[in-house]
Amino acid sequence: MSNDLYSRLAWLPVAPDDFAQQCRRLADEPVELGKRAQRLALHALDENHLHKLAKALNKARDAGHSLAPLTPFRLGIISNSTSHFIVPALVASAARHGVALECIEADFDQVMQAALAPDSSINQARCDAVLVAIDHRGLPLAVTPGDAQAAEQTVHGALAHLDMIRNGLRAHSNAICILQTVPLPVESTFGSFDAVLPGTTRHLVDAVNRGIALSVAGTEDQLLDVAHLAATVGLAHWHDATLWNMAKLPFASAFLPLYADHVCRLVAALRGKSRKCLILDLDNTVWGGVIGDDGLEGIVIGQGDATGEAHLQVQRTALTLRDRGVVLAVSSKNTDEIARQPFRKHPEMLLREDHLAVFQANWNDKATNIKAIAEELSLGLDSMVFLDDNPVERGLVRRMLPQVAVPELPDDPALYARTLLAAGYFEAIAFSGEDRQRAEFYQDNARRVTLQKQAGDVDAYLVSLNMQMTLQPFDDTGRARIAQLINKSNQFNLTTRRYTEAEVAAAQHDPEAFTLQVRLADAFGDNGMISVIICRRDQDDWDIDTWLMSCRVLGRKVEVAVLQELLTQARTRGIRRLVGRYLPTEKNKLVEDHYAKLGFTLLARQPDGASSWELEVESAPTADLPIAVHRSGFASPVETPASAPA
Amino acid sequence: MTTDIIYAKLTDIFHDVFDDDSIVVTPQLTADDVDEWDSLAHVRLVLAVEKKFSLKFSAAEVGRLKNVGEFASLIQAKAP
Repeated sequence: MSNDLYSRLAWLPVAPDDFAQQCRRLADEPVELGKRAQRLALHALDENHLHKLAKALNKARDAGHSLAPLTPFRLGIISNSTSHFIVPALVASAARHGVALECIEADFDQVMQAALAPDSSINQARCDAVLVAIDHRGLPLAVTPGDAQAAEQTVHGALAHLDMIRNGLRAHSNAICILQTVPLPVESTFGSFDAVLPGTTRHLVDAVNRGIALSVAGTEDQLLDVAHLAATVGLAHWHDATLWNMAKLPFASAFLPLYADHVCRLVAALRGKSRKCLILDLDNTVWGGVIGDDGLEGIVIGQGDATGEAHLQVQRTALTLRDRGVVLAVSSKNTDEIARQPFRKHPEMLLREDHLAVFQANWNDKATNIKAIAEELSLGLDSMVFLDDNPVERGLVRRMLPQVAVPELPDDPALYARTLLAAGYFEAIAFSGEDRQRAEFYQDNARRVTLQKQAGDVDAYLVSLNMQMTLQPFDDTGRARIAQLINKSNQFNLTTRRYTEAEVAAAQHDPEAFTLQVRLADAFGDNGMISVIICRRDQDDWDIDTWLMSCRVLGRKVEVAVLQELLTQARTRGIRRLVGRYLPTEKNKLVEDHYAKLGFTLLARQPDGASSWELEVESAPTADLPIAVHRSGFASPVETPASAPA
Repeated sequence: MTTDIIYAKLTDIFHDVFDDDSIVVTPQLTADDVDEWDSLAHVRLVLAVEKKFSLKFSAAEVGRLKNVGEFASLIQAKAP
């Protein structure tokens, strides 16, 4: 169902299995409560999750524990429905947005009394804001089909009713009002003609909603557009007649997490907590494909192709956000010069370098880069949103920099833009000329910034990835993919030697060749084949003819694990030395120091930059790696040396 | 669906909704026996049961229930 994105808060990661225990621990061990509560809240919580977290928060508050650094906020609620239903969800969702929310409820269906009596609980409670949660059942909306004059009076009356509430609250408390628009009931009287005829429910609700929006404009009071929220997820799903009749619940409980998140976004925006900067990954986020491997002609962007249009929509969305004051930046694992090519030369690109405040394309981990971007822009990490298609990068940034918002993304890039916007990171309560110019102010032609020290402990994250590496010699099944990688990989490719499938088959059957196809699976799924190696025997040496790897798994010690495997296999086959070569191309600068980093010794360097390296098998050190290794298909070297049956 | 399966699932639901793993779900159990079982918790309970068993109840069906035993019978009668 497409409204799952909304009802399940699909931009947030799934809640951990031990969520209930973690909530209980929160109350039992009141250390760094606020931070821990916020981390728990930053999952896609359902109604029962929210209930548990709210219970733990209330318990901690009752015990007098501090919820710092969460910002305290007192929210009054007056409603014609059961406000008890929404309060726990609000308290828990507020933690997600950095707010320690305390709710003060008026008695059920005592809207006017709560607003107008100076000594009402709401007016006495020194609320920061009051949520006026009134729907069509709480407004005087008598239908008068065909009677335009009566309809006008009805609309006027409903708006006057709301004004009276606002005026009462303003007179008797310092709270601002959060008014709600009214979701349209689904039941029609005349059919489509409801929209034409004055005095129908459809006509009245439309007019009242317009009136509410107009009345809020230019005042301190705020609007919560529940009508739009309900329309977004579908009115037939939103309105639940059984729940209304049974318990006076204002809408289907499936949307409680969504509704609460929207209320809390607004509250957070009132406290200046909306985010200010969008950091974009490039490959498979801003365009389809990998610029370093696929080249300018190979990446997919632009009209006429479904994937190209999906990524164009990401760019369009980024530009729309920029126009309203959101600063844009780039963090990409790429060579700087190559990553800038599409911005300079691709005719279909909407984003240009001068739209970007900072352009970080390098091979460092993204957490370190995002930290550098934040420091360069003098914005807090809690102002940052990071959009990346790669779940491992998302996981790393979330773990190292929990203040940065990192939306989960679905597999289909067509939904990237929608998911980013559904998360509501940039919730606004005003829009000024200053906002319009902010992006310009931060402009400095996509500057690059120098990196600070590494943002944190990457190794611990790598362990949590539960990486499983499978090593096999070349075989018939893998051949097509092996040949594809050999002919496509440009960046992490030491020699860039291209071979046909027939040549790959020849290597498979060559008793003097040792071949490896490497697959990697992790906690996020199976990455498939990610590395290919061919060694050719020269007496007691292995000459590493080909060593390539997908950049998607860069920075995860895969190449170190592959070397360990080469050494292990070399030992069983009586090989005493590995010889590696780096042949420079325009695209493989990334691996210039590959062999040096792995502990090889330089043999020779040519004027064109090519270099050769050696490593003695016996003296090579072994390292403890966060990767489990599985082997299959290797012949015992004693019986059939270096041949590779399937 | 067997009674055992229904009670096993109900036990999970009760523990989740009331956030209390010590609740023992028996046919005789009523709202008076569980601290947090107020009218709103009752609605959450019914919604959780609907979700877990892929069922829908009317307000009248839910209103008639006297104890967990009757709830289990209702589930059994409506389960596909």
